[in-house]
Amino acid sequence: MSAAGNVDSPPIIPKGRHVRGLLDRAVSRVEESLLYIGGLGQLAGQTIQQAWRGPLETTILMQQFDQIGVRSLSIVAITSLFIGMVLALQTAYSLSDFGGSLFIGKVVSLSLVRELAPVLMALMVGGRVGAGITAEIGTMKVTEQIDALRALATNPVRKLVVPKVMATTLMLPLLTVLSCFIGIIGGLLIAVGSLNLTANFYYRSVITTLKYNDLASGIGKTFFFGFTIGLIACFNGLRTTGGADGVGRATTATVVTASISVLIMDFFLTKLFLLFF
Amino acid sequence: MTDTLTSDRPLERRRTLEGRLDRDLFVEFRNVYKSYGPKEVLRGASLKVFRGEVLVILGGSGSGKSVTLRHILGLEIPDSGRVIVEDEDITDLPEEELYRVRKKFGMLFQGGALFDSMTVFENVAFPLREHTDMAEEELARVVREKLSLVNLPGTEHLMPVDLSGGMRKRVGLARAIVLDPKMILYDEPTTGLDPITAQKINELIIDLQSKLNVTSVVVTHDIQSAFSVGDRIAFLNRGIFEWAGTMEEARDAGHSLLRDFLKASAVMAAQPTGGA
Repeated sequence: MSAAGNVDSPPIIPKGRHVRGLLDRAVSRVEESLLYIGGLGQLAGQTIQQAWRGPLETTILMQQFDQIGVRSLSIVAITSLFIGMVLALQTAYSLSDFGGSLFIGKVVSLSLVRELAPVLMALMVGGRVGAGITAEIGTMKVTEQIDALRALATNPVRKLVVPKVMATTLMLPLLTVLSCFIGIIGGLLIAVGSLNLTANFYYRSVITTLKYNDLASGIGKTFFFGFTIGLIACFNGLRTTGGADGVGRATTATVVTASISVLIMDFFLTKLFLLFF
Repeated sequence: MTDTLTSDRPLERRRTLEGRLDRDLFVEFRNVYKSYGPKEVLRGASLKVFRGEVLVILGGSGSGKSVTLRHILGLEIPDSGRVIVEDEDITDLPEEELYRVRKKFGMLFQGGALFDSMTVFENVAFPLREHTDMAEEELARVVREKLSLVNLPGTEHLMPVDLSGGMRKRVGLARAIVLDPKMILYDEPTTGLDPITAQKINELIIDLQSKLNVTSVVVTHDIQSAFSVGDRIAFLNRGIFEWAGTMEEARDAGHSLLRDFLKASAVMAAQPTGGA
């Protein structure tokens, strides 16, 4: 009876309390976000300061170049090749009424260099490398290895963050250049293999389309993406709490935050670069 | 109860220490408060650590023992109160300045906190590479010497994952003493170890104390370990040091909670499955 009574007449909560609850939650979320951004900014400052002050940990830096750059090559190659091929097919299909196959070189190269390769590589690296960095630093945090570094009078930012952020910042542009190159080759395979264009036509189309400013805009963005991904990954690792569960949550947060940041930054950086190039 | 709580420390040494306790202060806590969110961990903790002694910080789980150690190292900053190390107030020092202070200390973390990606050799050599210009040959000699001190010769090539809990702690100890610190901090050195390994760690602490002539602070809730290695006890309860004195005084202490703590530990130690 009481259950039925509850259904018929739910407890009356004053409207004001609902609104206050929502407002409190919104305020605390905004506070958390601001603290997060503040922490990121602080770590960015420390990272730049430590990198500037030196000395650089060259051995660790080389290991990170290998880990972040070289070991991403296969995933970059496969992704880029198929994106180039799909792009060529879609262009030929959607523009078939206007003689679309003639524009394949233009469309593939411009889309890849200006937008697709930078953003996709950033998302791939954000996922693969960012998650790895957070898991590594997060595990070090929860097993007191970060505290051990500090207790041994060693700055964790210099030892861990600087090499990783530097590696993501420098490796992402290189991976993007490679991605553009392989993607354009993917387009070539479809142009020659399926659409009966000559390799020479495709090549000339690409070369005459791409300008210096396209490269500058596309590759320029990736330095910012790389820095941000590395920074977010390290920051989430350093603030990990709560054992293996905490490491899992921090890793997921890195993938989500890095991906969203890349997409938002892409819009603003594109606008910015359009002003200059 | 007293049968199980006999101190292994030489009486003569403790008398010598007591004679100089008033003069030579190494670390001092003055009314330290520390909270994490709504949880108050230290609530006006005051403590003195004298040069050359082994001070055991005793207390139940969550009483703030490890947090106290972290404050000594400057890994945590008090909300209020002061932390003094060798007459220098380190409370408000920036992180870069604290690195200088931390070189005075060696810390053994609860799980060893060895760097997973490095071998035992690289772990122990790490502080030397960071803070000295030692030649590789000399560095290898020092690392081997410190590993011998903790009874782990010939383990240089092993990775931390290949080590048992007791071995990890001993490697952590070798890393902590490699720069010849003035004070060694032990965070629960015998927790999670079987009684025989725990006793070996206790013997190692006593052995290092006599060989290196350092000051030590041992955080533990293992009463057997405390009486094995300590000169003095400071009893921490809910964020306040409620009692401090020598091991002999601890046995006859009027503090009811400390008495209950010692009694419960003695009963556990007397049981066949109890002990360290």
